[in-house]
Amino acid sequence: MELYELTVHELLEKLDNNEISLEDITKSYIDRINNKEKDVQAFVTISDKEALEKVKTIKERNTKFAGIPIGIKDNMCIEGTKTTCSSKMLENFVAPYNATVIEKLNAENMVYLGKLNMDEFAMGASTEYSAFKKTRNPWNLNTVPGGSSGGSAAAVAANMVPWALGSDTGGSIRQPSSLCGVVGLKPTYGLVSRYGLVAFASSLDQIGPITKDVTDSAMLLNLIVGHDEKDSTSVDAEKKDYTKALKEDVKGLKIGVPKEYFGDGINEEVKTAVKEAVNKYKEMGAIVEECSLDIADESLAVYYIIACAEASSNLGRFDGIRYGYRTKNFTSLKDIYRNSRSEGFGAEVKRRIILGTYVLSSGYYDAYYKKAQKVRTIIRKEFEKLFEKYDVLLTPTSPTVAYEIGSKSNNPLEMYLADLCTVTVNIAGLPGISIPCGVNSQGMPIGMQLIGKHFDEETILKAAYTYEQKIKFRENHKPMFKN
Amino acid sequence: MSREDYEIVIGLEVHSELSTKTKIFCSCPTEFGGEPNTHCCPVCMAMPGTLPVLNEKVVEYAIKAGLATNCKIADISKNDRKNYFYPDLPKAYQISQYDMPLCEHGYVEIEVNGEKKKIGLTRIHIEEDAGKLNHDDYGRGSLVDLNRAGVPLIEIVSEPDLRSSEEVDLYLKKLKSILEYIEVSDCKMQEGSLRADVNVSVRKKGQKEFGTRTEMKNMNSFRSIVRAIDYEAERQIEVLEDGGKIDQETLRWDDVSGKTFPMRDKEDAQDYRYFPDPDLVTIRISEEMKENIRKSLPEMPESRKKRYIEEYNLPEYDSNILISSKYFSDLFEGATKVCNNPKAVSNWIMTDIIKELNEKELEPSDIPFTADELGNLVVLIDKGTISSSIAKKVLQEMFENPREPQKIIEEKGWVQISDEGAIKEVVLKILEANPQSIADFKAGKDKALGFLVGQAMKETKGKANPQMLNKMFLEELKK
Repeated sequence: MELYELTVHELLEKLDNNEISLEDITKSYIDRINNKEKDVQAFVTISDKEALEKVKTIKERNTKFAGIPIGIKDNMCIEGTKTTCSSKMLENFVAPYNATVIEKLNAENMVYLGKLNMDEFAMGASTEYSAFKKTRNPWNLNTVPGGSSGGSAAAVAANMVPWALGSDTGGSIRQPSSLCGVVGLKPTYGLVSRYGLVAFASSLDQIGPITKDVTDSAMLLNLIVGHDEKDSTSVDAEKKDYTKALKEDVKGLKIGVPKEYFGDGINEEVKTAVKEAVNKYKEMGAIVEECSLDIADESLAVYYIIACAEASSNLGRFDGIRYGYRTKNFTSLKDIYRNSRSEGFGAEVKRRIILGTYVLSSGYYDAYYKKAQKVRTIIRKEFEKLFEKYDVLLTPTSPTVAYEIGSKSNNPLEMYLADLCTVTVNIAGLPGISIPCGVNSQGMPIGMQLIGKHFDEETILKAAYTYEQKIKFRENHKPMFKN
Repeated sequence: MSREDYEIVIGLEVHSELSTKTKIFCSCPTEFGGEPNTHCCPVCMAMPGTLPVLNEKVVEYAIKAGLATNCKIADISKNDRKNYFYPDLPKAYQISQYDMPLCEHGYVEIEVNGEKKKIGLTRIHIEEDAGKLNHDDYGRGSLVDLNRAGVPLIEIVSEPDLRSSEEVDLYLKKLKSILEYIEVSDCKMQEGSLRADVNVSVRKKGQKEFGTRTEMKNMNSFRSIVRAIDYEAERQIEVLEDGGKIDQETLRWDDVSGKTFPMRDKEDAQDYRYFPDPDLVTIRISEEMKENIRKSLPEMPESRKKRYIEEYNLPEYDSNILISSKYFSDLFEGATKVCNNPKAVSNWIMTDIIKELNEKELEPSDIPFTADELGNLVVLIDKGTISSSIAKKVLQEMFENPREPQKIIEEKGWVQISDEGAIKEVVLKILEANPQSIADFKAGKDKALGFLVGQAMKETKGKANPQMLNKMFLEELKK
């Protein structure tokens, strides 16, 4: 078995037993990148030389994760490294500071293999909206990896990085993880600092781990959580060791299955696989019940209004004045603004800026933004009610498996439906994890989503871990790099 | 109809920079000046991914201002984004407050022709200042300096309660004095730490509805504001008298020509798309916090004035001048503590110091010497070490190159001559040179004595003790 095939906890075991060196690990991944990147196209920037140099300086494992490599979605700032958000706007932008999550990984002395591709400014569900390249799904290279953290999910699935950080605004960690057959966790809003994550929608964005299995997910979560005085929305929660939740035990666990997520919009094979998972949980002793989340239908509308409104304001700073792309074609200040933004942003980003500007403009604010905020409160309350009865909620992660590249990219509305099952979780600020639960007839991975109470990542990790141990997805299914 | 048939209605939005040590959403210094772009960091330069964190001192200072102007302080407040593009605004939105300001429904009292009048305050809210564009330093365009970006401001919005430029002048002076007293702003107009947007309209006397208003933005001198209001009101009356109508628009006051002009870009009516800033959390103000801030407020001018009249026996007129600025008032109290001669200190402030400030176009806050130094100056006069004419020269020195008056007179050799022998020598010398004056004096012309003393002072370059000169001349003349 090659080192790049191992999970991080497996690598740590080998390191502890002195079977391998840190350099072996990084080299193995660099070889793998050299081998597979041409097919998968997951990276915006590959830092192979820097990674190797860095790992050579680490003589001793002073911290648990010293010298362990990682990949970072290209919307998190690493000082001195390009942070492009896969946009022409930031194509040459070198971050002058570190994101808080990067500071935390630096404190562990971890090694960066590179920056991973994404939909431009995290807006999209297929990574086709990257200004630079289309990342391919390692299970079938003609299909999308999902998005927006498609580069992160594909790189983990293709074993080009042992694990990665993604960001999730409406499903951007969970949906690509589902499509690529890996584990993606979106933490509770406020658990992980957003400082240094280039903002898409501030009230929805969260950074989270994309990993090969649930154990790695808990370990990476341990590394990145914590209150940050640089992020007012980060919560001063009690520090936990999430790996302690990794027990095979769902006896008596109350699982609610909202029927709204098994309707017409969901692919039949996906439904079948997720229902099978539901049955397995029952077999393992969980108490499973169908339930109802009335507002599921309104969620997409609420999501797109709030996310676009915030984005329209957050992306104002990309104006061609201080950094980023500036048009060559200007004779006035207005030209600089208009042309820099017209030329620097892609179509989807522009679409969302226009939508967001519209819903905030005077005369429309009450009908859209304000109303969406009201519905947001109702959605939160709906979840609170459900969580009085259930410990976790179980849904499909994505309505479909990975689809062919190009098949939806010209139909924004259809693309927006990809977030159907995931956006409510962001709207309510809840934690959600996507784990593989099977494959369809073509052998493409299907994911299911477990949603937990605020700051109760442990319960979804435990439920996910138990299921993972039961079906041993990684042992039975591997990406085929089908052409 | 004529000018007298109209009433002028004015409302002000005053922006005041708060004197917190650090900026409103990051820990950069708020200090004025500095090389361009040296007082900034990724946060106030709006680097991608950065987030604001509210400086609690800013909330405290704004609440202080609210309490000192009789406002109701909110229990819950929030920050909102005001979105617009301009190169001095790096995030392309200003974090301000829209519908839930920290302070509301206050007032400031002014005295117009001996009568007290309350000017209502609609609200006081907090926001961040923008950077600056330097148009001159670079031939081909403008350069952005973000040192000021993120400096905290309060915006104080008045009701349209002001009826003349004099009232506006009084209101602004009062407001400035309050902000100085509670030490939330240094109110340095020339550094732009106090600026006002002025809304002016006119209506026929007796008419209930307001006329259409025009706005003049970013005015930073009281004198210009007064002139601009007078000009703009005249202009509006003229337009109306000619049967025209006033356009609601933003005007630019040109101080050189003394006229207002419509701003360009009138066609882009701005829609600021205010919405709550999702990067910041709700501001909650407990009763306890309000109470603590209330207790921390310093003694306000009215109470100081009362004390000056009652304890120091100063005339009301003098007291009014002293409390007109916190800097005068503090200087007065500090110096009096040192010399225990309130009337003398008050006289120095009201005459020589104010004169000096006016000549040099300085503000009270610019007085370079300390209250102790002024007190020591008065002590030197009272002890007879220097004459008051020398003291005036010492004061000049204290403005030029502030240091202890004792040191100044030693360095300059300005110690008063109080030695009897030395004085006598001078007196005899002057008498010998002015026989006519002796004759005049003996003929009953008392003025001759003054002339002789003056000559003696001239001879000693003002250093002779005038009382001793007087006494000794009289003695000699009566011989």
